[in-house]
Amino acid sequence: MRKIAIIGVGQSSFVRSYPGSIRELAFEGFKEAIEDAKVSVSDIDASIICSAPEYDKQRSPSGVFAEYLGLIPQPTCYLESLCSSTSTGLRMAYSLVKSGLHDVVAVLGFQKMSEISSAESQERMGRGADIQWESPFGTMMPAYYAMFAKAHMEKYGTTLEDMALVRVKAATYGPLNDKAMFRKPVTLEMFTDPNHFMSGPVASPLRVGDCCANADGSSCLIVASEEKAKALSKKPVWIRGLGAASASVNMAGRDLVTGLAVARQASEQAYKMAGITPKDIDIAEVHDCFTISEILAYEDLGFAKPGEGKELVKSKETYKEGSLPTNVDGGLLSKGHPIGATGGSQIRTIVLQLRGEAGDMQVKDPEIGLVHNIGGVGLYGNVTILGR
Amino acid sequence: MGEKKEIDDRFKKFGTVSFTSVTKVNDFIDYLEKGKVMGTRCKDCGTVFFPPRADCYNCLSSSVEWFEISGKGKLVSYSKLKYAPVGFEGDLPYSIALVDYGDYKIFGRLASDIPDDEVKLGMEMKTVVNKLPDGQLNYVFEKA
Ligand SMILES: [Zn+2]
Repeated sequence: MRKIAIIGVGQSSFVRSYPGSIRELAFEGFKEAIEDAKVSVSDIDASIICSAPEYDKQRSPSGVFAEYLGLIPQPTCYLESLCSSTSTGLRMAYSLVKSGLHDVVAVLGFQKMSEISSAESQERMGRGADIQWESPFGTMMPAYYAMFAKAHMEKYGTTLEDMALVRVKAATYGPLNDKAMFRKPVTLEMFTDPNHFMSGPVASPLRVGDCCANADGSSCLIVASEEKAKALSKKPVWIRGLGAASASVNMAGRDLVTGLAVARQASEQAYKMAGITPKDIDIAEVHDCFTISEILAYEDLGFAKPGEGKELVKSKETYKEGSLPTNVDGGLLSKGHPIGATGGSQIRTIVLQLRGEAGDMQVKDPEIGLVHNIGGVGLYGNVTILGR
Repeated sequence: MGEKKEIDDRFKKFGTVSFTSVTKVNDFIDYLEKGKVMGTRCKDCGTVFFPPRADCYNCLSSSVEWFEISGKGKLVSYSKLKYAPVGFEGDLPYSIALVDYGDYKIFGRLASDIPDDEVKLGMEMKTVVNKLPDGQLNYVFEKA
């Protein structure tokens, strides 16, 4: 069976308001990935364009991008699984290459969220939930995750301070990442100072500092067959495990409110495919759209027992020097969250880490990395395991 | 139930802002008008659904009957919103919540008159119809 590699990664800076059109935004991530892979555009056999479509004025962006990026007449298509779109794109690219249909596939994620107001974008995110039965109550993404936070606090004694510590950790690394949007330090005191914006309520128990921010950005992964990877790349990073799952969109269909079932299912699949256990992971990127999300991720991925996720942050085991460095690129909390580009950025971080090219963020000699990328409120879960 | 219309868009009355107007379970709105919150049950295999569905994923039957949500459930979790999506600003502050009835769960809002310090996870709640000032309809959870 041919192995499949990622031979190039790129991303734009994640910014509050990108001063250009979506095709120009896409070009930034694409160019960096092509240059990183040291391939030419004509080496790309097909492209998969990923985003959450409700933010775009352009219908069917894939054709527009393919033309702008010089990827015609090769096949292209559009794909989405909300915030995990690029991880799903990687999964599809893997299948296309594994099957032998193509040898080199570009997965391009993007989102330009700045053309609509924050409230409107929240409403659109709410519509990532059940529009028939939930949205008429006035739902928003933070409020859903807040329900998980509330349940987790009640069942396991997780505290507001535990959640704040996740943000403090993220902000330790945001300043090191020149692609991140939020690059200032954050302290626990900001969360306890009622006059500081970080402590302002959003949806109880979550505060401003518990939430990542919308962003504009693009990311790109170049996926290649084993033969092509060996011919084209000095440092291919191999896709060792893939897992994906879905769940009831309506909260009424969820049995688990202290974790995400999709993350548990996707990670089990990915560990099994890679033939490893959570103990083998040297570095991880988890979907910290909210502080509580990172604590849930630790538990869902088997890094900690249910209820004990907070201990990994308190003991600093998930800091850069710890036993399981996690989100040492600042995470979504620091980078910002351009929905369709987010998974590609997470994967880029792990690829650079495994190649030893992560600069100031580099951890010591990682061999196996994991990416946990969630779409919606645990609606879609993708776990990807990469290795040198 | 319900008048025959050219377009049966009764469901646009559901909630502060409805994003759906036409559905096979439009009778849900008529029941709300009568003060009843209803789910559906598959007539062929007995699977119980809330929110109500016209089709059963278990046996692929489209033969369902209505049943009334009654009795008490337990509060699974909730969140009180400080910000609202476009169209819901006038409702602030409000809390979305999930209540477990055992055979099914219900997602909705907490009744606005429950003091914050009286809301506890696990507390018993009942689901009641709520008429909004502009004539829209939803349901809320009250202390049981
Ligand atoms: Zn049935």
